[in-house]
Amino acid sequence: MASIILEYGLYLVILVALGIPLGGYIERVMAGEHTFLSRVCDPVENGITRVLKIDREEEMDWKQYLKSVLAFSVCGLVFLFLLLMTQGFLAGNPQGVKGMRWDLAFNTAVSFVTNTNWQAYSGESQLSDLTQMLGMTVQNFVSAGTGIAVLFALIRGFNKVKEKGLGSFWVDVTRVIVHVLLPLNLVLALALIGGGVVQNLKGGETVDLLEPIAVSADGNVMDNAVIDQNAGTVSVNGKTVAGATIVTQEFVPMGPGASQIAIKQTGTNGGGFMGVNSAHPLENPSSFTNSLEMLSILLIPVALCFSFGRAVKNKKQGIAIFCAMFICLCVALAALAVNEQLGTPELAQNGSVDLSWSAEQCGGNMEGKEARFGIVSSSTWAAFTTAASNGSVNAMHDSLTPLGGMVTMLLMQLGEVIFGGVGCGLYGMLAFAILTVFIAGLMVGRTPEFLGKKIEPYEMKWAVLVCLATPIAILAGSGIAMSIPGVVDSLTNSGAHGFSEILYAYSSCGGNNGSAFAGLAANTPFFNITLGMVMLFARFLPIAGILAISGNLVQKKRIAVTAGTLSTTNGTFVFLLILIVLLIGALSFFPALSLGPLAEFFSQMM
Amino acid sequence: MQVRIKKSGTWTRAIVFYLMLTMICGVIYPLVVTGLGQLLFKDQANGSIIEVNGKKYGSALLGQQYTDNAHMWGRIMNVDTHTYKNKEGKAVMYAAPSNLSPASDETAALVAQRVAKIKAADPDQKETAIPVDLVTCSGSGLDPGISVAAANYQVPRIAKAHHLSEAQVKTIITQCTSGKFLGIFGERTVNVLKVNLMLDGIL
Amino acid sequence: MAYHEKSKRVLADKKMIGRAVKDSFIKLNPRVQFANPVMFLVYVSAILTTGLWVCSWFGIQDASGAYTLAIAVILWFTVIFANFAEAIAEGRGKAQADALRSAKKDVDAHRIPSAEQKDAITVVSSVALKKGDLVIVKAGEIIPGDGDVIDGAASVDESAITGESAPVIRESGGDRSAVTGGTTVLSDWIVVCITSEAGESFMDKMIAMVEGAARKKTPNEIALQIFLVALSIIFILVTLSLYSYSLFSARQAGIANPTSVTTLVALLVCLAPTTIGALLSSIGIAGMSRLNQANVLAMSGRAIEAAGDVDILMLDKTGTITLGNRQADDFIPVDGTDPRELADAAQLSSLADETPEGRSVVVLAKERYGLRGRNLEEKQVSFVPFTAKTRMSGVDYDGIAIRKGAADSVKKYVLDNGGTYSKACEDAVLEVSNKGGTPLVVAKDFKVLGIIYLKDIIKDGVQEKFADLRKMGIKTIMITGDNPVTAAAIAAEAGVDDFLAQSTPEGKLTMIRDFQKKGHLVAMTGDGTNDAPALAQADVAVAMNTGTQAAKEAGNMVDLDSSPTKLIDIVRIGKQLLMTRGSLTTFSIANDVAKYFAIIPALFLGLYPGLSALNIMGLSSPQSAVLSAIIYNALIIVALIPLALKGVAYREVPAGKLLSRNLLIYGLGGLAAPFVFIKLIDMLLTAFGLA
Repeated sequence: MASIILEYGLYLVILVALGIPLGGYIERVMAGEHTFLSRVCDPVENGITRVLKIDREEEMDWKQYLKSVLAFSVCGLVFLFLLLMTQGFLAGNPQGVKGMRWDLAFNTAVSFVTNTNWQAYSGESQLSDLTQMLGMTVQNFVSAGTGIAVLFALIRGFNKVKEKGLGSFWVDVTRVIVHVLLPLNLVLALALIGGGVVQNLKGGETVDLLEPIAVSADGNVMDNAVIDQNAGTVSVNGKTVAGATIVTQEFVPMGPGASQIAIKQTGTNGGGFMGVNSAHPLENPSSFTNSLEMLSILLIPVALCFSFGRAVKNKKQGIAIFCAMFICLCVALAALAVNEQLGTPELAQNGSVDLSWSAEQCGGNMEGKEARFGIVSSSTWAAFTTAASNGSVNAMHDSLTPLGGMVTMLLMQLGEVIFGGVGCGLYGMLAFAILTVFIAGLMVGRTPEFLGKKIEPYEMKWAVLVCLATPIAILAGSGIAMSIPGVVDSLTNSGAHGFSEILYAYSSCGGNNGSAFAGLAANTPFFNITLGMVMLFARFLPIAGILAISGNLVQKKRIAVTAGTLSTTNGTFVFLLILIVLLIGALSFFPALSLGPLAEFFSQMM
Repeated sequence: MQVRIKKSGTWTRAIVFYLMLTMICGVIYPLVVTGLGQLLFKDQANGSIIEVNGKKYGSALLGQQYTDNAHMWGRIMNVDTHTYKNKEGKAVMYAAPSNLSPASDETAALVAQRVAKIKAADPDQKETAIPVDLVTCSGSGLDPGISVAAANYQVPRIAKAHHLSEAQVKTIITQCTSGKFLGIFGERTVNVLKVNLMLDGIL
Repeated sequence: MAYHEKSKRVLADKKMIGRAVKDSFIKLNPRVQFANPVMFLVYVSAILTTGLWVCSWFGIQDASGAYTLAIAVILWFTVIFANFAEAIAEGRGKAQADALRSAKKDVDAHRIPSAEQKDAITVVSSVALKKGDLVIVKAGEIIPGDGDVIDGAASVDESAITGESAPVIRESGGDRSAVTGGTTVLSDWIVVCITSEAGESFMDKMIAMVEGAARKKTPNEIALQIFLVALSIIFILVTLSLYSYSLFSARQAGIANPTSVTTLVALLVCLAPTTIGALLSSIGIAGMSRLNQANVLAMSGRAIEAAGDVDILMLDKTGTITLGNRQADDFIPVDGTDPRELADAAQLSSLADETPEGRSVVVLAKERYGLRGRNLEEKQVSFVPFTAKTRMSGVDYDGIAIRKGAADSVKKYVLDNGGTYSKACEDAVLEVSNKGGTPLVVAKDFKVLGIIYLKDIIKDGVQEKFADLRKMGIKTIMITGDNPVTAAAIAAEAGVDDFLAQSTPEGKLTMIRDFQKKGHLVAMTGDGTNDAPALAQADVAVAMNTGTQAAKEAGNMVDLDSSPTKLIDIVRIGKQLLMTRGSLTTFSIANDVAKYFAIIPALFLGLYPGLSALNIMGLSSPQSAVLSAIIYNALIIVALIPLALKGVAYREVPAGKLLSRNLLIYGLGGLAAPFVFIKLIDMLLTAFGLA
């Protein structure tokens, strides 16, 4: 028991210990200060700005900034869409995969541009190496860079007084990618290769099976068949089965994996190189690679809290926001851990299956989990990946216990603000902080202010939209989906769990998370298009809102801090912030959750 | 001194910027990683394939399905023989996770079947509860490992089939067991393919 | 103080309640309802359920007719309760407006062409008066419009607007020149230059303000409304999607959809922030009304809210921090003068001085040395009055000249006339100043006798008040014409944070601008015309009603009592207004948790019997659960009307403590209360067999 708690605890401690210095580094980079990597990275940054003819002192107002974000995203969207449709005709396609159908290509392009990385396809069978590199890897970098850039545009709104400019989007993205993401991922990718993650330009490999497999004429695996490999015949109970074939080889997927896996973890993208993501032994082979990949999920989101504190010259504010997120994360993790460790009566089979923890096994709900990760590393990953809007998985969320699955769903439904995506999680949380200071300010009889800037109707309007974009997207999307009778065909599970599969899909896309209750066969035109719309809505409405808020804040004067100023760094504020986040999430999704995971849980109890 | 830089339009800049980043992040970065990876970790970068005398006995990292009583059994697999073909166009095996809810009746029925099958294969262990990872499907469907408890559970059956002592089987298991990272993170697992290759005298 | 008494009886006033009930129904007009989006949602829901009930006559129904009717009726009551809350809040203002209207009659105005031609009167109606017209008003006549006195002086009864029956003096020039239309001249006569035309007069504005007709939504109110509307939209989506969810789940289970539209509408109304939505406008009106009760007239709701944000109070020393008058505290002889001689000279020079300061010198001399006021009639006496130029006053009798006055004036006077001004005297002057006193130097025949120590008397309890303000984060700045040394001493004794000595209008203006530049919000009180620039600059500017028209126009509030301490009350009312809104919003949202626990299990029990575990209140049946929840939702509005009108309790504590306290009461209370009351209502409904 102690070792379990130690493992959970150390994951969290190491995460924070790495996040604090990285936070400082990112802040210095974004302020254009000198760092230990400047000698290597500055020439690259200079090269880019020179080619682009960017004035590095350029100040965009919020509309220009937004226009740049949108133009850049549209470029990525169009490029990726075309690449996915035409990959079958292009080079770098050793496996000979085909181009995607238009709706899947749309869904996938949107998914990667919005930093969601929802995958209605399976990477090893539907993407060529060229697409993985030019499409997926690139989008992983730039969508993460965009999120961080927008966050810093917001920070400048708080920092500057009576100005207009929020900085230059091009410079911001360049700095993030060149100084932060590229060096970090270069190191991480090499470490992952050392741990056994594939990285080559081959399409795939076949290896021999120790035990051949008999497959009947209609394609089903025959469990009790006797195989005579020399004769090539399959017999059951002494009778030869006609038309049966023998499979003697196994497929080993390959490609430029590690380079993409590193950035999909650090950039909260989460789009797996393989279909089953980091549960795949070639994507995440050992507890060593698992630790690296898992910590990478939350590394930058945690670091950004501290960057924020430093950037607004109020480290306590960064710590307060961090604490609010961290407390939620810990509670969610605990709830997940307990439920997964307890397992279910369906698995226990009245004691004939051993679910208990011992030195030799982790026990618990091992359905959908890898033996090398066990309950602790799988639960921690599940909490991290849904807290951050990462969406990579190392265990199948569809096979989580009802309440465990509910925790992952809720973390996404809260608007991906418990650390959330790189940049976007924090700016989402700051929108919640604006709502919180508004309510709190009223309760102490003052016009609300945050970081010295007054919160007025204009800010409220956008902050409310930012906070509610996710609930609106999820409720509308899942509501429409469930009213359509045909969706039932896509489900693996029935009843309340089937409900959860659809709810999870829209929660994941509405939170720009990208993880799935993978039992849902989502590659249908209906799901591809509606989920695509949900992702676009939940990504770009908040970006527009945040930039509008920032554009308004930057013009305001700074209000002096007095004893009457409500502290936004103390325990009460942190508590209230958590409460507001939970309340909006709970009030929006209580009915949905009660028909999904709660119904499943309580039915199981009866 | 004021240098006026002629500004190009947002769209032009967006396109040029995007193409530049595609070069840097999509071409240079993965190629550098591939080059370094192939240079430093050749075996790992290429799928950790176990090759003995020119024959590729699987990847150490990918699970296979074992039903032979003389083999150690691994995690439950959802075998898929439709998706992939080898160069000769013959079907090759791959696997997928079940995605079933552990609280569903379907799971309860499947687990009951698996319990019955395992108990039937090894009557000696009838009274012992079966470690959970032996009756559940993994996250990837391709899990190469099982818990030490699951490996030990099978020792009597394997020993009997190979006419080995239980201690000898356990030695093989120990040799194929990988520990936790830093002794803390993850779980100790037994690589089933390696155990079976050793049992079969190939390794 | 007529309104104070009236307001205390407000809730018991049957007539007022009758009027509010009537208004509640008048307000059912869709156009009125549309102005409040949250309540408009309830209004539409009520219409919808009524429609469903009508449909049920024809067999089109998804829930029983009686149940639908019950829901419809409760929803109508919810709407009416909200209307009632607003009507009762407006009631006070309306009563006040009626009183004002009765004072504001068309009167005959005696227009004259110029101040010199007082007899060339043309009688016109007050309505016809234009800006710049001159009118003469004599004793017993009503002043026909707002204006400035340009000639004459009169005592005026202003009780019609201030409620204060004691007459006030209005005279030309100086800071007491403004008169208000509708007030009555009691004695003498004045010539008034009209400054506002009919319909825009102070009285008109006042009526509009107290009645709430001119009430515009304040920025904070708009921001809150945005939040509430957004929540409502989310809950509309929640209920719409819930219908679809329910359909899906029922289809999976192979049963009919258990969710009726009626119940979903009930759920929607329960979830929407109706409590705060219903009370929002009453809170605003009540806040304005509380301000009116304090006899302050705000020119906009914005100003009241700004008052809550103020963190710098600029207070005039005199009347606010110290008692209006300084008092003689000691006689300090110099250069070996006999104290008695000094006291005698001081008394003599003050005999004709009718100011409180002068009187206090006479009294002190009598108390200390038994010197009695003498009858000076018999001697050859002439008094020298104080002028701003000489800054001295005194008396000449029997060829002796006694002067008392500010140290530098007396020094100049003595030296100019060949006398000496000793070092000892200068030291004594400095010492008195350092103690915060005002030194008056007394000289007899150009020889300095000594000093009268005039002391400022700090009002009782001001130190505590300022300490409280400091805890709230409000800094107090004392404004005084005293020299810096004196000002510093008084400031220290009174416990203000800072002071502005030897203040000039420009000095005040600069100070306000400096504070604003640093991000502070400044409130100040002013009365004179020379205060107008500073008043216009301040964020909250309270003009005294006794002040000039210019000051009144520059300020955004008028204090009818002309009390210098009023600023502190205004800040309190401003804060209370915001707090009430915030607290009730929190309460309203926190309520939703319990309502979910009542309704969700009720909705889906048929589908998933296991969900009965969520029925933690143990409500007896699904129907009774839904009914209890919406009955609670309607009744809580009525229950909270008194709180909305009175405002939540306010204490001078730091923001953090205030937040914790309100969070505990309204957050936790809002979470717990509905659990208790919904259960109670359910028990009652069950006991009477209603559900």
